[in-house]
Amino acid sequence: MAVADSPVVAVLEEAPVREAGLWSDAWRQLRRNPLFLGPAVVIAVFTVMAVAPGLFTRADPRACDLSHSLLRPSAHHWFGYDLQGCDYYSRVIHGARVSMTIGIATVAGTALVAVVLGTLAGFYGGIVDTLIARVTDVWFALPTFLGAIVVLSVLGGNGLPQLTLVLVLFGWPTMTRLMRSAVLTVRDLEYVTAARALGAGDLRLMVRHVLPNALAPVIVYGAIRVGIVIAAEATLSFLGLGLQLPAISWGLMIAGAQPRLLSAPHLLLFPGLFLSVTVLAFVLLGDALRDAFDPRLR
Amino acid sequence: MTTTAVASPVLSVRDLVVEFPTADGKVSAVNGVGFDLAAGETLAILGESGSGKSVTAQAVMGLIERPGRVVGGTVSFGGVDLLAASAEDRRRVRGSGLAMVFQDPLSALNPVWSVGFQIGELFRVHRGLSRKEARRRAVELLERVRIPAAAQRVGEYPHQFSGGMRQRVMIAMALALDPTVLIADEPTTALDVTVQAQILDLLDELRDETGMGLLLITHDLGVVAETADRVAVMYAGRVVETGPTDAVLAAPAHPYTEGLLASVPRGQSGREERLLPIAGAPPSLARIPSGCPFHPRCPYVIDRCRSERPPLAGTGRMAACWRSEEVGRGGR
Repeated sequence: MAVADSPVVAVLEEAPVREAGLWSDAWRQLRRNPLFLGPAVVIAVFTVMAVAPGLFTRADPRACDLSHSLLRPSAHHWFGYDLQGCDYYSRVIHGARVSMTIGIATVAGTALVAVVLGTLAGFYGGIVDTLIARVTDVWFALPTFLGAIVVLSVLGGNGLPQLTLVLVLFGWPTMTRLMRSAVLTVRDLEYVTAARALGAGDLRLMVRHVLPNALAPVIVYGAIRVGIVIAAEATLSFLGLGLQLPAISWGLMIAGAQPRLLSAPHLLLFPGLFLSVTVLAFVLLGDALRDAFDPRLR
Repeated sequence: MTTTAVASPVLSVRDLVVEFPTADGKVSAVNGVGFDLAAGETLAILGESGSGKSVTAQAVMGLIERPGRVVGGTVSFGGVDLLAASAEDRRRVRGSGLAMVFQDPLSALNPVWSVGFQIGELFRVHRGLSRKEARRRAVELLERVRIPAAAQRVGEYPHQFSGGMRQRVMIAMALALDPTVLIADEPTTALDVTVQAQILDLLDELRDETGMGLLLITHDLGVVAETADRVAVMYAGRVVETGPTDAVLAAPAHPYTEGLLASVPRGQSGREERLLPIAGAPPSLARIPSGCPFHPRCPYVIDRCRSERPPLAGTGRMAACWRSEEVGRGGR
C-alpha cells in the first residue's frame, strides 16, 4: 500500500473546484435570477422612499390648500389632490415609511421569537418541545383580527409600536412551527452528531451547526410575511383600528378613498397600486429565495 | 503489536447494554459487550448490519439519542466510568479524550463552514487560540493528513473536496485535540475501493505517530486483516469471539467467524474458490433465539446450544461456543 499516497493518486483525487457553500451558492443563483432582481430593485426603491422621501418629492404632504380639494391628476400634480387639497403624490410617497417600517419591524420581531422558541423546541425535544408546541397550537386558535381589535383597544393609542406589537403577537406561531420543523431535520444530521462527538456543547451546536442550516425556510417565509404584514397594517388602518389621522399611511388613504370611489377614483388607485406592488415584491422575493435555498430545485 | 491480553487498557468496556423501545417492546441492540483497548493498539469490532457494532461505538462516545438508552455496564476511560459521569464531564472527554470519525464524511461535515473554520474552531474553543493561530494549526493538521496544497485548500468548503479528501478532513478534525482513543465507525465504507486503502494506511500511520488507541468498527474482513492487532466479532448484540487478528482469522473458534471467512474470497491467484454463504439471515433483535443466538444458522449445533447460551470463555483468545474446540476441524 505504499502507492497510496503518491502525488499522482492525490492529484487524481482532487474534485473539480467550485466556489463556496450553501449561502454563497444561493447568492450566486439569485444574482442571475430576474425573479429575484426585479423584486429586489422594487424593494430597494421603496426602502429609499421610506428613508428619504425628499428624494422623490419636494412638496410637503401636510401643506394643503382646500381650494385644490379632490382635483384630478394633472401634468403638474401626477396623482392629483385629496379631500383636504394636499398633494397626493407627496402623501403616497411619504406613506411608504409607515408600510416599510411596520413590515420590517414586525417580521424582525416575529423572527426573533420564532427562531429562539423554534430552535429550543426542535433541538431539545421532550418536555420543552411539548410545552412550546402546545402553546403555539393554542395561540393558533386565536382569531387574528378579533384579537388585534381587543389588544389595540386595551393598549389605547394606535401608533406604530402598538401595531407592530399586535402583529408580532398574532404572527409568531406559524414561523415558530416552521423553525421548529427545520431544526428537527437538521438536529439529526450527522454533522451535528459529529460536532457533538468532538466535544461541542449545546449552545455551540445550536448556534454554529443547527441554526445556519435551518434558517433558510424562515428567511423565505419572512420575506413573504413582510408583504402580508404591510397588507395587514393597511387593513387595520382601513378598519379604523390602526393608525389614525394625521398619520400618513396607505391604509388610511385607502380608507379615506372609500366614500368617494366614483367621484375621485385616483384616491384609491395610487395608494392601492403602491401597496400592491410592495406586497407583491416581497412575496416574489420570498419565492425566489425559496428556489435558491432548496437544493432539490437546483 | 499483537497482544493477547491487554496490560493497561486506556479504554475498558464491560457488560454494555443498550436498549431501544420498538413497537414489539424493548430490544437490546447491544447486550453485554465488553472489550479492552490499549494505547497504540488497533482493535477492530467486526460484525454485519444490526450486530450492534455502531451502537457500541455510539454508547462509548455517549451519543446514544433518545429513545435509545444505555441500561447497563461500564465504560472506563482514564480511571473514570463515563456512564456514571455527568453530562458536562462527558462532553469534556469528547474531542480531547475520545474522538470519532464517521462513515460518510460528506454528511459529517457542516456544509456552511469552510474546513479550516471547522478545524480551527476546535483550537479556538478548547485551546483558546486566536483566529489566526487556529487557522495556522488547521493548515498543519491538513498537511498531517496529507491533503495536498493544504494552505490553499483550508478556506474551501466540504463539498469542494472528494470523498477521500473529506475523510482526511474528518480525521484531521478528530485528531485536532490529540485524543487518547480514536473511534472510526466504518471510516472507509462510503469511499471508493482505491481510496479505502489510503485512508486505512493514514489511520495506521497516525496511530503509530501519536500512540493513540484505535477502535475500528467495520463489516469488512479485509479491513480487519490489514489494520487490526486484535479483533472482536459481534453477532446479535454480543461479542462472540475475540483475540489477536492473525490467530482469529487463521483458526476461528466460533462457527460464525468461520462462516464469515468462508463467505469472502481469499483472492489467491490461480485457484478456483467456492464461496460458502452462511445459511439463513441474522435474527431480528426483537426475536433473538434462545440459547446461543447463532444456533439456527450453525452447522455445529447441538441440543445444548438451543437452551443454554455459551459464555465468552478463554483467556486472550475467547469464543462463545460450546464446541469451539471442534470449530475449524470440519463438522459441516
